[in-house]
Formats: sequence, structure tokens, C-alpha cells
Amino acid sequence: MKPRLTAGFIPLVDCAPLVVAHELGFAEREGFQLDLVKQPSWSAIRDMLALGHIEAAHMLSPMPVAMSLGLGGLAARVDVLMVLSANGNSMGVTPAIAERMRANGWSGDFNAPFETGKHLIEATGGEIRLGVPFPFSMHAELFYHWLGALGISSGEALDVRTIPPPRMAEAIGAGEIDAFCVGEPWGSLAVETGVAELVLPGSAIWAFAPEKVLAVRHEWCEENPDLTRRLMRAVHAASRWLGEAENRMVASELLARSDYLDLSDSIIDRALTWTIQPRMGQLGQHVENFQRFHGGAATFPWRSQGAWIATHIAARAGLSREEALEVARGCFRSDLYRANLTGTGADMPGASEKLEGALPRATPVASVRGEMILGPDAFFDGQVFDFGT
Amino acid sequence: MSTKLRITVVDADPERAHMIVDGLCEAGDFDVTVLGDETGLARKLAQLAPDVVLIDLANPSRDTLEQLSVASGANSRPVAMFVDRSDPDMTRAAIQAGLSAYVVDGLKKERIKPVIDAAITRFHMLSQMRSELNAAKAALAERKTIERAKGLLIQARGITEDQAYALLRKTAMDQGKKVGEVAQALVTAAELLK
Repeated sequence: MKPRLTAGFIPLVDCAPLVVAHELGFAEREGFQLDLVKQPSWSAIRDMLALGHIEAAHMLSPMPVAMSLGLGGLAARVDVLMVLSANGNSMGVTPAIAERMRANGWSGDFNAPFETGKHLIEATGGEIRLGVPFPFSMHAELFYHWLGALGISSGEALDVRTIPPPRMAEAIGAGEIDAFCVGEPWGSLAVETGVAELVLPGSAIWAFAPEKVLAVRHEWCEENPDLTRRLMRAVHAASRWLGEAENRMVASELLARSDYLDLSDSIIDRALTWTIQPRMGQLGQHVENFQRFHGGAATFPWRSQGAWIATHIAARAGLSREEALEVARGCFRSDLYRANLTGTGADMPGASEKLEGALPRATPVASVRGEMILGPDAFFDGQVFDFGT
Repeated sequence: MSTKLRITVVDADPERAHMIVDGLCEAGDFDVTVLGDETGLARKLAQLAPDVVLIDLANPSRDTLEQLSVASGANSRPVAMFVDRSDPDMTRAAIQAGLSAYVVDGLKKERIKPVIDAAITRFHMLSQMRSELNAAKAALAERKTIERAKGLLIQARGITEDQAYALLRKTAMDQGKKVGEVAQALVTAAELLK
């Protein structure tokens, strides 16, 4: 009998690699059955994974680090097998704030982090109520980095609130928050309902941020090396399929089904085709690398990504940086990625760590097959993260 | 120890919330509040300052509570998390029942246990009622579809009601499907041909 494996997901465009692996037979080809279960919240997915009700999970990239550090709710040692997607979020504000920003001279450019940030701070008097989907999320990290670099530090002026993605539009519409960072399709839906304008893609803050990851319990992957391998190979093949432009239409049709996002495929198309419509009635704009499933080592779990996340979480939670780094570097299993994807034609970088933010443009680097193109992965403020220092 | 435990139940469905409150009242003398409207949840909870928060596992607003469990601000009391970290069995039982419970740190286990036990019992009852209701609804919908399919056959082929049902049943058997599925396919096709 074929082995079975259950993975939990949250209805978001970036659950696509799991949906494709299941629907298009990539899992079957690896000789296992992948069952998908929709979850109502990130905490539910975390608890299901921690208690072993599901074997694998679609997770926010900081969650496995936080869980492994014992922060919030059910703690467990959780491993990141691979990254499912890079980027894919956008920042939105209420139409009233966008109007005020425009009145003060904001150009409305969708890819101008300095200008837009400056105007957002000015229009709100620097006291901003921000909505993010989870305390441990790339959304929160991007906000902290963006506004922090512009002089608003977390803690005092920033009132960061956790709001589930499907409720984000309602929350901003009801005046609970001034701005949000959310993954697709929820940002586009807020635009469609007229309660928000999108002002900045997440990729404008960090050009290559690990967004969602494929997570499993550490003990589970130690005990099930073969199934871990099949899972990784199937999901990686699905990511590669998603990376082909001609497959995007089929992908959004799959995601639109009631089992998954249960929404119109025209809304889902926006993220998949990197064409974001920031404002109602406006034309869609191309955003380079808006959301990447494949290419540029998008699925490679860089240990330095785990270290970046751990450094920031530890600083806010008051944990020792060294211990957090140790835990997080162990979480991002680049070793398993190398071992399990060898022979699939997957190219991988020569190193498992890099200086995060050091590539302002696409750059060829040494890889297992010879040479691969990485990046750009720069932070908007030019910061470079070297966890060794 | 004489102070009553303050419990907040977060549920948008008033009937369901009342069932849970009834269950809690039978289990002990608690000070129970129901929060039906989930907007501004964090702020409302800060005002209520409950010792225990009970919420449906499937409620997406649970993530908002997670923030309270990691925040260490002055006005937010540390909320421990899911049931009780030190008692994995209770946690497991709660999750299986579809219940999530947030407990303020430092509360004695003996004080929490009756609350959780009562809530688990109620959640089991609720989920059973929910699945029975769903089954009843599905059965009703299926019967309606079969009636409509029979009607279509009677009209199109000039046969009796019994013959129409027999035809549906035979087709279902031949194709290895349920009568309801065949009826549904016929109704869908008829809609398309209208």
C-alpha cells in the first residue's frame, strides 16, 4: 500500500506548491498519497503539526524558528525542509490615509519604499496601527524593517495587531487598523471591496524574503527519511512546474476551487502573473519577483535566512542571540535539501549560507551544476546581514 | 482562593455560546462572559482580563489571541497558551474536541481542570450535533434532487414515478454510483439544456 501523508495549509496563493503536488500527480509519481487539509488559522496549523495530527505544514517562515525556540503556544522542534515561496505580500492602507499621502505630495509609485514610507509616517503622525496575520510572520518582520529604517521603532509608535488574513479587509474597513501587510489574494480582495489601497509590495522592502516554508516535526523527518525524501521531491517538482509561465492559468484555476481558495481565478491571477492592481479602477502593474516559486534558488532553505529570522525574533523576545542562532540554523535543513533533491535536476548553490541582502541585482554564483543566478536579494536600505559578525 | 475564575467564551453563535456557558455553570461557580463580536478582540479581552479564554479551534480569530500569548506589554497579562503546557493529555483531548483554551500563567492546575473538562464535554456534544445536522441537511438535499430527477424522467419519457425511480436505481447500479449522484448529474444536465 502506498504511504500516506497529510499536510495542512491556509487558503493563500502561496499554498500552490502543495495543491499542485497533490492535484497534478507529482506526489503520486513519488509513490505516496498527499492528503491536504485546509486549516482556519496559523495557530491551528501549528498545533496540528506539534501534536502530530498532520505530518507536514504550509507555514510562515518565522513559525518553525519560533516554535523551535519555544515561543508562543505549543512548542516543538520543527524543521524547514524547503522554502515554498519567496515574496508575495503587499502593504495596504485605508483610502483616507492614501488620500492624505497624495495631498502631501506622494507620487503614488507602487515601488518606492523610501518615499511611500516617509509619506505614510507623515500622514499618520507616526502612530500607526498595523495589521499582520501572525506575531511570527515575514509580514511583521517586513514592517519592522521598513518603518524601523525610516525612524519608527517597534514598541512605542507601532501598534502591531494580529488579524487573520480573511478578516484583514473587514478590520481595515472597520477602522481597527490603519495599514496592513498581507499575502495574496487577501490584499487584492481588500482593493476590490474598496476598503484599502495597496501602496508597496513586500519585495520592495526585501527583494528576496523567504515567505512560506514546508515544515515538519524534527522527530518525524528523522524517523521517516524515505517519506521526507518523497515529499520534498514531489513539492520541488510542483514548484518547478509553477515556475513555468504557461502553467499559471491552470494553477489559478486549481487554486480557485472550493477545496482551496474558493475565490474567482481572476483575483488569484494577479499574484501568479505578478500583475498587481494597487487601487480600484487602476490598471494592473507588473512587479518583478512579486512571488517566486522557482528559480534563483527560491526553494533552497538558506541557513542564513533562518539566522536572520532568529536574530530579529530573539531581539524582541529578549532571548540570547547566540542560542537563537544555533537553534534556527538547525531548523533550516539545507543538508536534507541537498541529500534528497540530488538527481532530480534541481540546481543548488555551492554554499548553504550567504550574506542576506548583499545582491542588488541578479548575480551568477557557483552551483552544483556549474553556475546559477541568484538574487536580487537586497534590503531597501542597503543593509547586509552577516550573522557571523 | 475564594475569588471566582473569570472565563471568557469567544463565539459568534449565541446559541452555541449559551450551551457552553450552561455547561460551565453546571461544573462550578465561575464568572462567565461571552464575546460574540470579534472585532477589536484584543482590546476587549484586555478590559475583561479573564483568567481563561475558551474559543473554537476552527475560529480564525484564534490567531489574534496568539498575540496576547506572546506579548508582554504592561496592560496585557501573560496568557499562557493552549490549555496547559505541562499537561499534554489535556491539550490533546481539548484539540480533538475542537476547543482551544488560553489560560493565564500562574493559575493552579486544579482550578483550571473543571473548566476545561466541562468545555471539552460541551464541545463534543456540539460537534456531534453539528455532524448530525449536516447529515440531516445532506439527506434532505439528496431527496429533493432525486424527486426532481424523477420528475424530469417522468416528463421526458412518459413513465410512472416508480419506473422513473427504478431507472435511476438501475443506472446507478450499472455505473457503480449512488442514486443521488446519478440524480444530481441528470438535474445538472437538464439545467444546461434549458
